[in-house]
Amino acid sequence: MTVMKKKLLGILSLALVLSLLAGCTSNSSSNNGDTIRVGLNYELSGGVATYGQGLTEGIELAVEEINKSGGVLGKEIELVKIDNKSEDTESANVSARLATRENVVALLGPATSGNTKAAIPAAMQNKIPLITGSATADDITVDSNGNVREYIFKTCFSDSFQGVIMAEFAVNDLGAKNAAILADSTSDYAKGLSKAFKETIEKYGGKILVEEAYQAKDTDFKAVLTNIKGANPEVLFVPGYYEEVGLIVRQARELGLDVPILGGDGYESPKFVEISGKEAANNVYYSNHYSPMDDAEEVVKFRESFKAKYNKEPDGFNALGYDMAYLLKDAIERAGEASPEKIKEALEATKDFKGVTGTITIDEYHNPIKSTTIIELIDGVPTFLKKLDPK
Amino acid sequence: MEQVLQQLINGISLGSIYALIALGYTMVYGIINLINFAHGDIYMIGAYVGYAVTRFLGLGFVPALLISMATCSILGILIEKVAYKPLRNASRISALITAIAVSLFLQYTMMYFVKPDTRTFPDVLSSNKISILGGKALLDTKNIYIILITIVLMLLLQYVVLKTKIGKAMRAVALDKDVAQLMGVDINRIISFTFAIGSALAGAAGVLVGVYYNTINPLMGTVPGLKAFVAAVLGGIGLIPGAVFGGFFLGMVETLVSAYGGSIFKDAVAFGILIIVLLIKPSGLLGKTVKEKV
Repeated sequence: MTVMKKKLLGILSLALVLSLLAGCTSNSSSNNGDTIRVGLNYELSGGVATYGQGLTEGIELAVEEINKSGGVLGKEIELVKIDNKSEDTESANVSARLATRENVVALLGPATSGNTKAAIPAAMQNKIPLITGSATADDITVDSNGNVREYIFKTCFSDSFQGVIMAEFAVNDLGAKNAAILADSTSDYAKGLSKAFKETIEKYGGKILVEEAYQAKDTDFKAVLTNIKGANPEVLFVPGYYEEVGLIVRQARELGLDVPILGGDGYESPKFVEISGKEAANNVYYSNHYSPMDDAEEVVKFRESFKAKYNKEPDGFNALGYDMAYLLKDAIERAGEASPEKIKEALEATKDFKGVTGTITIDEYHNPIKSTTIIELIDGVPTFLKKLDPK
Repeated sequence: MEQVLQQLINGISLGSIYALIALGYTMVYGIINLINFAHGDIYMIGAYVGYAVTRFLGLGFVPALLISMATCSILGILIEKVAYKPLRNASRISALITAIAVSLFLQYTMMYFVKPDTRTFPDVLSSNKISILGGKALLDTKNIYIILITIVLMLLLQYVVLKTKIGKAMRAVALDKDVAQLMGVDINRIISFTFAIGSALAGAAGVLVGVYYNTINPLMGTVPGLKAFVAAVLGGIGLIPGAVFGGFFLGMVETLVSAYGGSIFKDAVAFGILIIVLLIKPSGLLGKTVKEKV
């Protein structure tokens, strides 16, 4: 026997022992066929804990309902919930642990784009489908070379999609074709939205009259806003986060720039109105995942059961989590068996799934084609305006 | 044309804030040759004092301004006594490093107490739009307040420095500390007084900015502090009219650069001008070239 062969044998036997051990742990925990185990990798503590907790609440409510009504394929869903502390490295660890040792058939989460990217490799290597309900970055389901990540799915819209929707809203609903853009030059989020908005407006024969930039933490926008006002746009698109946008809206109104101001889900915060002031926060429209004022049947039902369980109004993250769990249940039912491979195939084939955040069809890039909620600020109060269906 | 007028208004209001902060910088430098990098953070604390007074005590704009100025002047005296006085005869670099340390200390102490998130200032000044030339440009009443308060404070300062006895003493200390002491000037008192006035001005600027932009946070002092420093150097550091001129000049430059499409480069242009001025006329635009005594 040569040295090489001896080494190989050693490695093989080690692997055998390890796999036996691994088998032991998972067998002892469950997988005796009674339950379907689903892994939750969420930000339950740390910087963005409210996102992770919100999604988890939604998921737990949905799973409770599913189990009460007989489960899926006659089995109950069992959640294996692990905290990733809002950290990239921890998220990768949790993902690996869930994928290799906990014997789960699918992974849900994490909440943010950064943590989700860290969780992707483990899911891909172990061929376990991962669904995220809130990571909006464009490169979650598609890698930098444009290849679709086979096991990764998203149930929330992508950043660029919001740009498309808001441009269509400007053209079709506001009748505005001449737009101005004021974007945060330092954030990928704003860049993605601006690019999509610009392309869509131009596709409809409109024009971007002026494109200006600011930097996060700036406080004086009057010079650029005066410039924008001079160009006489019919609508102003400001992709960004509430802290700067609040100030921009305020200063725009002070300068007498009264055109509609459009943006994305970064506007969603009670701080927005505090900063802009109630008077200025009119004629402002933004896209969002969900609105509690939506009176669709599913939404009303969801709100009632959520309030019964948690004794508070559900927010967007609760709704996204709730939808994710039901989408998974739907996929398992259509797959006919709870194996990662079959679930993946069923997820790919999702068509017209009715959720509280919209009707979801998964496209070839594993992104959802779903309706978007448009919110209008009226005296600072976020008001449900309409749902826009994708074309 | 209508845009030019509006941009002029924008530039002057931005400039008056820089000018107000620059006044404090320039005074301290003029008296003890120290670049007080903590000045921007005193301005931040002034804004928080104004916030607390208006939000929790429900007081109006003028009391908030006065209380904030008083608090900041006490803070300024305290900082000088604790941090700078022991280093008065040390090398300038030690004093400079200490100033940076004080700046960071103030920022992060505040962050610990008030949390890092942005707060919104209550609306204590009613804002009315005044249209000029038949609506071609809009002037907010807040702009007028800011510009007026800056000018009044500057004139007051000029009066104190040039016409009063303590002002004379300040100028004497600025000229030659040792000789002033020999003539019976209480140097410690004069320096404390200088810090008190400079910090009070920063406090006033803090409240004005809080009212004008409506948001405050513990790191808000860094960039305006730096810009005000640039303004002070541009106009000629140590000169009161120089600081005001530099402030307005910088505000106008930034606004014009943004107005003509360079919004991303506005800081680069501001600091670029500083470098050019330092190369061509190191004593500042209003500064006289003084022959160094050997």
